[in-house]
Amino acid sequence: MRADMPHTSTQPLLVVQNLSVHVPAQGQLISLVENVSFTVGAQEIVGLVGESGSGKSVTAMALMGLLDSPGVRITGSARFKGQELVGMPPRLLRRLRGRDIAMIFQDPMTAFTPVYTIGWQIEEQIRAHTSLSRKQAQQRAITLLAEMGVPDPAQMAQRYPHQLSGGLRQRAMIAMALSCNPSLLIADEPTTALDVTVQAQILELVRGLRSSHGSSVLFITHDMGVVAQTCDSTLVLYSGRIAETGPTADLFAHPSHPYTAALLASIPPITGPRPAHLPTIASAPPTPHTRPVGCAFAPRCTYAHTPCTTSQPALVPISAQHAAACVLPTEGTPLPPRLGTVQTAQAHSAPHQTGTTPL
Amino acid sequence: MLLPLLRRLGQTVFVLFGISVLVFAVFFATPGADPTARIAGRNASPQTLEKVRQEYGFNRPIPVQYATMMKKLFITQDLASYVDRGERVVPEIMRAAPVTLSLVGGAALIWVVAAITMGTLAAAFKDTWVDRTLMLLGLIGISIPVFWLGQVTNLVTQSRYHNTWLFSWVPGLGYIPLSQDPWGWFKTLVTPWCVLAVMFIGIYSRVLRADLVALANEDFMRTARAKGLSPTRILLRHGLRTSLVTFVSLFGLDFAQLVGGGALLTEVVFGLPGVGHLTYQALTNLDLPLIMATVMYSAVFVVVANALVDMLYLFLDPRVRDAR
Ligand SMILES: Nc1ncnc2c1ncn2[C@@H]1O[C@H](COP(=O)(O)OP(=O)(O)O)[C@@H](O)[C@H]1O
Ligand code: SF4
Ligand SMILES: [Mg+2]
Repeated sequence: MRADMPHTSTQPLLVVQNLSVHVPAQGQLISLVENVSFTVGAQEIVGLVGESGSGKSVTAMALMGLLDSPGVRITGSARFKGQELVGMPPRLLRRLRGRDIAMIFQDPMTAFTPVYTIGWQIEEQIRAHTSLSRKQAQQRAITLLAEMGVPDPAQMAQRYPHQLSGGLRQRAMIAMALSCNPSLLIADEPTTALDVTVQAQILELVRGLRSSHGSSVLFITHDMGVVAQTCDSTLVLYSGRIAETGPTADLFAHPSHPYTAALLASIPPITGPRPAHLPTIASAPPTPHTRPVGCAFAPRCTYAHTPCTTSQPALVPISAQHAAACVLPTEGTPLPPRLGTVQTAQAHSAPHQTGTTPL
Repeated sequence: MLLPLLRRLGQTVFVLFGISVLVFAVFFATPGADPTARIAGRNASPQTLEKVRQEYGFNRPIPVQYATMMKKLFITQDLASYVDRGERVVPEIMRAAPVTLSLVGGAALIWVVAAITMGTLAAAFKDTWVDRTLMLLGLIGISIPVFWLGQVTNLVTQSRYHNTWLFSWVPGLGYIPLSQDPWGWFKTLVTPWCVLAVMFIGIYSRVLRADLVALANEDFMRTARAKGLSPTRILLRHGLRTSLVTFVSLFGLDFAQLVGGGALLTEVVFGLPGVGHLTYQALTNLDLPLIMATVMYSAVFVVVANALVDMLYLFLDPRVRDAR
């Protein structure tokens, strides 16, 4: 039985407010993720971007209730279809997991249990959440594999994970994630481990899910180019905090946080010759232990000045849904708009019409 | 699937051949030592020496000697011990083998069941008192010498408390064949089984727990959790099933080693006339034919058991199946 609260399609599917994750370390609580808020609408693809270590996976795992390191504390609120996920009893959360919210991971090589066939593993998920018989579940697994573009699906279902290529494995992973028609799919860097052509195919597949399966997607990546091609709105995380958030088109046209601007500057242009030297951001982001007072980006920011290092900059609105956690806009010296070099997918356009540009 | 099995069989035969040559060389073809005198035993008469020399062909080339020895071991099976008044060696081993198999088989069943239960429970209740208690018990089991434990249980069940209701059912030391009296067979062996199993329960449960705990961080375990499976199902169907691959390889080696004579101490303490006992006796008497035969028996057993484990491995792990 589902603890269903009335849910109308007008309210967003997932509303996350002030989500924070703390873990104890060296006798004190350190924050891995701090006050992250965002919403995912029905059939929307939301991008969660940031360098490695910025807290993207921790955010996703917190939503799924998959964080299990001892002493971990999750605070704030995450309402999925009106139900509060934070603090939900594990038994109830487990019912949602895999059925209403599904997740796929970065490395398809290691994400399947090596000793069972792909088909068996998909069936297992179906049978955990529905009352289908073995035969029906088997049939459904094959249908799903076919829908995900796996050639010769009946045969592939009999294969073991190590017998499939990375791309096929990720397709199988997506088939498994979609097996119970989840309304939200969390994809944690699903293409990072794949080569470029396969990556483009998987992106195409993910983009098509909202029309083919009606799913919303929380898409985690560190690649701004992928965001441009895939996401309707974007959330830039830096050191566990929101740096900037807004519709992808706005964010790409008017990056208002120097970190976003730097990330955008490091995307290779799609057309024209690839420059010999792409600008990169010097040094690495701070770990949760070494986060400075004030703006976490200050040590690497070319615009850093005194107000940046005294207190943590608040998230200030730039336009309707666009906001950035930087002192520059309030000081009246916003970053200049960017000359569009990257095409962004039109928000909510029919996915099959979106031009796919392999990176 | 058939081809790798055949290949494995070929390897097994080859390894056995190698071992037999090696053992033969060590005992009979060592330069400077006359095997005739060693087989005949101390203070043998010249007639006996001459008889042995003829019988084993020690006056002929070494390959012929080897072939004679193998023939006497495997084909005519009339290799005899001169030290032990012409007792035939091969039937002696054939009588000892079922005893050892009964002892080790029963103990293995106990230790596998107990170790899987303890290891899985400890992993499921990781870092709680359940885990700590079970692992402490395991550690104690590992540290108790089997010889000492055997003596103590004997003291308790055979003399000190033998007349109480608790232990009055325990029969005297020795072996009762299964075919003769199954219930008696069980009663004589149940104590040795437990004693022999104790150390292995300790080792296996700790290894399994460590394996399961390490597996919990694997990507596929996270996937299993993300699928919304129950914790029990995740631990058993995904964790334990994957750990079994390591478990089985460890088990194969220990089982083979014990059946090959490694249960010597337990056999001696409980007066079981098994292979370990026989080896011990052969070594103390310097009974060369018997030593040769027991070593060959152990080698055959260890190698065959390894081959069996490898085949089980093929069955348990699809990755190994394809790698060959
Ligand atoms: N269970 C944990 N305990 C302590 N620190 C953690 C834990 N999980 C992740 N971290 C730390 O949190 C930060 C964010 O990690 P993560 O969310 O995996 O980054 P990414 O954005 O690359 O997915 C990293 O510095 C990481 O070391
Ligand atoms: S607040 Fe200051 S340091 Fe932080 S991003 Fe803005 S300008 Fe840079
Ligand atoms: Mg990550």
